[in-house]
Amino acid sequence: MPAARKIENDLHLNRRSFLQVSAAAAGGLVLSLYLDLPTTAQEARPTPAAKVYPPDAFVHIRPDGKIVIQVNRLEAGQGAQTSLPMLLADEMDADWSQVVAELAPAADVYKDPVIGIQMLGGSTSIPNSFQQYRELGARTRAMLIAAAADRWRVDPEQCRTEQSVIYGPGNKSVRYAQLADDAAHKPIPESVRLKNPSELKLIGKPVRRLDSRAKCDGSQIFSLDLDLPGMKIALIARPPVFGGRVRSFEDKEARSVPGVHNVFEIPLVKGSAVAVIADKFWTAKQARDRLKIDWDLSGIEHADSTELFSRYREMARTPGAVAVNLGDERAMDRISASNQIVADYEFPYLAHAPMEPLNLTVRFDGERAEAWVPSQLVTQEQMAIAEVLGLKPAQVTFNIVYAGGAFGRRGPLDSHLVREAAAIAKRVPGLPVKLVLTREDDMASGYYRPMIVHRVAIGIGEDGMPEAWRHVVVGQSFLKGSGNAFEPFLVKNGVDNLVIEGINDSPYTVPNFHVSAHHPNVNVPTLAHRSVGYGHNSFVRETLIDELAARAKIDPIAYRLKLLKPDAKKFRSSLTLLEQKSNWRTHLPSNHAAGIACSEYHGTCVACAVDVSIENKRPRIHRVTAAVDCGLAVNPLTIENQVQGGIGFGLTQLMAKGAITLKDGRVEQRNFDRYTPPYIGDMPVEIDVHIVPSTEAPTGLGEAPVPIISPGVANAMAKLTGKRYRTLPIATI
Amino acid sequence: MATYQLTVNGQHKQVDVDPSTPLLWVLREELKMTGTKYGCGISVCGACTVHVDGVATRSCVVPISLLSDRPIVTIEGIGSDPVGRVVQDSWVDKDVVQCGYCQSGQIMNAVALLKANPKPTNVDIEESMGGNLCRCATYVRIREAIKRASQQLK
Repeated sequence: MPAARKIENDLHLNRRSFLQVSAAAAGGLVLSLYLDLPTTAQEARPTPAAKVYPPDAFVHIRPDGKIVIQVNRLEAGQGAQTSLPMLLADEMDADWSQVVAELAPAADVYKDPVIGIQMLGGSTSIPNSFQQYRELGARTRAMLIAAAADRWRVDPEQCRTEQSVIYGPGNKSVRYAQLADDAAHKPIPESVRLKNPSELKLIGKPVRRLDSRAKCDGSQIFSLDLDLPGMKIALIARPPVFGGRVRSFEDKEARSVPGVHNVFEIPLVKGSAVAVIADKFWTAKQARDRLKIDWDLSGIEHADSTELFSRYREMARTPGAVAVNLGDERAMDRISASNQIVADYEFPYLAHAPMEPLNLTVRFDGERAEAWVPSQLVTQEQMAIAEVLGLKPAQVTFNIVYAGGAFGRRGPLDSHLVREAAAIAKRVPGLPVKLVLTREDDMASGYYRPMIVHRVAIGIGEDGMPEAWRHVVVGQSFLKGSGNAFEPFLVKNGVDNLVIEGINDSPYTVPNFHVSAHHPNVNVPTLAHRSVGYGHNSFVRETLIDELAARAKIDPIAYRLKLLKPDAKKFRSSLTLLEQKSNWRTHLPSNHAAGIACSEYHGTCVACAVDVSIENKRPRIHRVTAAVDCGLAVNPLTIENQVQGGIGFGLTQLMAKGAITLKDGRVEQRNFDRYTPPYIGDMPVEIDVHIVPSTEAPTGLGEAPVPIISPGVANAMAKLTGKRYRTLPIATI
Repeated sequence: MATYQLTVNGQHKQVDVDPSTPLLWVLREELKMTGTKYGCGISVCGACTVHVDGVATRSCVVPISLLSDRPIVTIEGIGSDPVGRVVQDSWVDKDVVQCGYCQSGQIMNAVALLKANPKPTNVDIEESMGGNLCRCATYVRIREAIKRASQQLK
């Protein structure tokens, strides 16, 4: 079936839901607290007001017995498309083999129940929607039972359910599909009983992904695969320096390419650009190559990585805005120089570079618009499109389509992508226009993980434990001054928590602890990048802890366990499990070494042991053992997958070509030949994942595993070479 | 513009395109076969891998004009091949995919590997699959799935 028709059919089915309760009934949630608070604050988070979500917006029982479940966020590989339906189906006693997952469009009812906007980010899918999806399943089941009980004139208590069938007294049975219409007219129960752990059939079991087959036979439609009637392709010629403007352009040759529809200038969030509209991608690209554009690059900073690093290093020499000041600020002065470590760390910009280059589709019809976006920030992007087109958000039908990876890049805070696409669509009314970024466009488009410099001084006490720790972090804040809804929750006293997380909330006991930050303004857009601040800060913290352990001649796991704060429960549990599962550390070949690291992300902790040797002047990772504490393990298979994949993603910053650099304002890497994430040969050969048994509320997995691998490898390499690695990527060993 | 005759998954096709158009975009935009993916456009990521005359080929850098009459097999057709079907099943069994965008290319390359070498070692796998990028880094499971397929093909 052509994509367009399939989507229209699916939407039609969604609307033809089996209950007629208005989705608006579930609106009106307030932004309670943001996802990205330190663990301690997360624990203090008030439970969101109990809310009855109408099952009709989430479950549709088709006459053929298929149970279609709406997923309230983007699927970008993280597996929520399977795990959220598992929660609902388990409580509903649905036949899992009949479950179909669909990505819900933008609507109030699909907003994150805790955050209050529709989005994917912060590893929140499971923690925030765990209760919601279970209750939805239980409510649906209760309504089906009520319908059956009515039909049979029995007490609902006499009915039981199994595999999409209701059984009643006297060998009565009826399939869910046969009851769907009756159930639709039953009231939605206020309160429902959720299953006891022993009654669960899906939750806690390894369940394979629902989208595997379609992603293995080429039938999965990703955003770039959308093919709507009359669709045009747009490519943008962007300024070579961020914020540059079109002074003039010559498009005669471009327009002479057969299949070119139009060429015009569009505004960017900063600066302007030239858009080429054509029937096909290849046509648009050929036309764009023939444009002659005179750029005005005056009055804008031409960022340069080398210059920025020296500026950042200078800034790091003095404390910035203070985030933590614990104990005695002058404690360091009493510690002799020989008992101090002073360490400087440097991290370059990193591109997310999802496998599917950025793209999205918008159609503007004058009175209405429709968008197809693999969006991480749905609510905000719907509003942004409306703003550009002079519409109300409700006039923008916003469909969420599968993303070939996202990692944060599909949720820029300024919504620049949808704004660009809407500005183009406005000039091509009536036709859907797919804005496509080539790989080169995508990689040079900015919105990187910020460049970061740290200066750390540690004073070591008599017992080999850190007595004083002074930490300065230098890095851009993409929140500070953004006006974004998350800003007030995350920027405190001029310090952006996203830049210092992993340091200010360190799980280790240090009596005299000082953390401060500088947030320079640089003309390079930055953005959250899978695991955000932990991605670089855990590297700094965990390599320094390793150095302290080595100086104290204590095993790195034992040292960490000794130094953990009493309330760092999940660090303790994951490190303890790691210790049990990594016996191989004691009998490694002589040219191998084991490195240890651990990290957290919003309540999930992951610890790893890494077996490394050096081959061809690069680290060769033979094996990783990982232990994770994420509370209740909803789908152990997804957890294993995310830990393995997160480790691979985290390796990017260790790769020889794992850096985005700028020279005279120009991004120097344009494709995977110069910005090279890990391939199979760079990966650990084996990654065994162990889950701490737990009945605590589940926490997320998308990001927690990412930060652990690079400090783990660097710590192993330090054993092999005697050198400490503090500048990433590691150019020479 | 010029007219080209192609054989894709055993079916005869005709397209009118610019001679410079890469096979990738002919498949995706002319033949509406979108299982073959665009990732880099310079043959360094492998997402666009198809079989041309049985050889794993990066379709993003093969202009249609250089294809001549060599038969093409894509991810949409590889399930009809006994090795292809086993590889796809192994991918599902091992729950390999995450975002899934690169997996068409990974599978096409793995099928070519197993046809040439039904018992690949770890080193063989790294060499043959070494140019297929996966940003979700599903590599550990790709390796397991290839080994499973290899066993099934005994």
